[in-house]
Amino acid sequence: MENDAKHNSENLSRRGFAAAAAGAATWILTSCGPKRLYEVPKDRLRTKISELEQRYQQRYHEHINVADTQPMAGVEYAYALDLSRCIGCRRCVYACVAENNQSRDPQIQWIRVLSMEKEKGVDLAHADPYYNPPEVPEEGHFYMPVQCQHCENPPCTKVCPTAATWKERDGIVVIDYDWCIGCRYCMAACPYGARHFNWAEPEIPTAEINPNTHYLGNRPRTKGVVEKCTFCIQRTRTGRYPACEEVCPVGARKFGNLLDAGSEIRYIIEHKRVFVLKEDLNTVPRFFYFYAT
Amino acid sequence: MRLAAFTLIAAAALLRAADGPGTVPAGSASNKPDQERVETPPPPFTDGIFPCSNCHATQPVNRTRRELKDMHTDIDLRHDETHRWCLDCHDATNRDFLHLASGERIPFEESYLLCGQCHGEKLRDWRAGVHGRRTGNWNGTKSYLLCAHCHNPHQPRFHALAPKPAPRPPARPSR
Ligand code: SF4
Repeated sequence: MENDAKHNSENLSRRGFAAAAAGAATWILTSCGPKRLYEVPKDRLRTKISELEQRYQQRYHEHINVADTQPMAGVEYAYALDLSRCIGCRRCVYACVAENNQSRDPQIQWIRVLSMEKEKGVDLAHADPYYNPPEVPEEGHFYMPVQCQHCENPPCTKVCPTAATWKERDGIVVIDYDWCIGCRYCMAACPYGARHFNWAEPEIPTAEINPNTHYLGNRPRTKGVVEKCTFCIQRTRTGRYPACEEVCPVGARKFGNLLDAGSEIRYIIEHKRVFVLKEDLNTVPRFFYFYAT
Repeated sequence: MRLAAFTLIAAAALLRAADGPGTVPAGSASNKPDQERVETPPPPFTDGIFPCSNCHATQPVNRTRRELKDMHTDIDLRHDETHRWCLDCHDATNRDFLHLASGERIPFEESYLLCGQCHGEKLRDWRAGVHGRRTGNWNGTKSYLLCAHCHNPHQPRFHALAPKPAPRPPARPSR
């Protein structure tokens, strides 16, 4: 009898130990070390972000606000660009650089405007991103700005060994810079050349830093991580238009909610001649090119 | 150059938008909810030129087509100029208004109705948000520009502009 009880209690404590050990292991796995944004418990997120803001404060001597605005319900973003309007002025490129804190030196630009010959049509093999005439548009040329296409079926997110990049519910393909190890597999996988690597510590003049940032968007990056267009996540998740859309002098850029039947994006898809880049790769871009006239 | 000047006017107009924007009905072709209000900044007048009646009210109306020698000499009409002249769009009896082909008077804030008489498909696209630049909120109040903010109504063709600098080609590794 006595023996039995002893046996029992020993058993209990052993079981208790196992449970405690498992608990500790889970605790270690879930609460130590960096996390991808979606795994961080909501109550810890703010602490994590304010730590980040403090680090930025030290580095840039300015308060940089890092938001973690979540996707809106019933919203999936899409972009449309009117090829019959774009004049290749590159205003969008530089508005994007300023808004999204891209490195000035080494130079990183999320938007690349390609000059193409009207005779050849959309022909990437003969496209020139370095065109530099005194005035645009040039005779016989048209222009095709290319940036992240926010594919429905993104090849880049599948190859990431650390799952540092993924597609959000509102369709934005994002990168968690804290998880990016800089292997650049995603850059090889992207058929649009939309991803860019920080080969050196990015350099931005302090006066030009945009202090309104998003965790998954334009917060300052470091050397060794990949970055790309986020549809201006810091603006669009609060209802605003992306920076490139607002700056375009000819109004070639259009943005909106694909799920809203009254949006301009739906009007374009339903009424204009629309195509996507490299349709044959089945990436299903959320970035449409169209001809309004 | 002229486009740059126009862009400036447009920008200035945008800044002033707060003190009296017009509101455009969100368009016939769309079924937009009320919250998707669209606003336009005031028309881009040259400083001090409006109201036109300041000068014109005391002047007799001269309907003969002629070259302007004293005033408005800066206007070089290149907009179907062989068929049209000032009073085809500007109202002769009340100079502070424009008029449609029907004779109906419209304020400068609604000049898009006048443009839309010939450029109907552009007006339709503009209302749907496809033609022209929109700023503001994709899911809320947006600001349109009037046709005249980007296209000089007397010379509507867009002028070429200087592109921003080309990207730097990647550096070749040195050996
Ligand atoms: S700002 Fe507009 S016109 Fe200029 S390159 Fe970009 S899309 Fe084309």
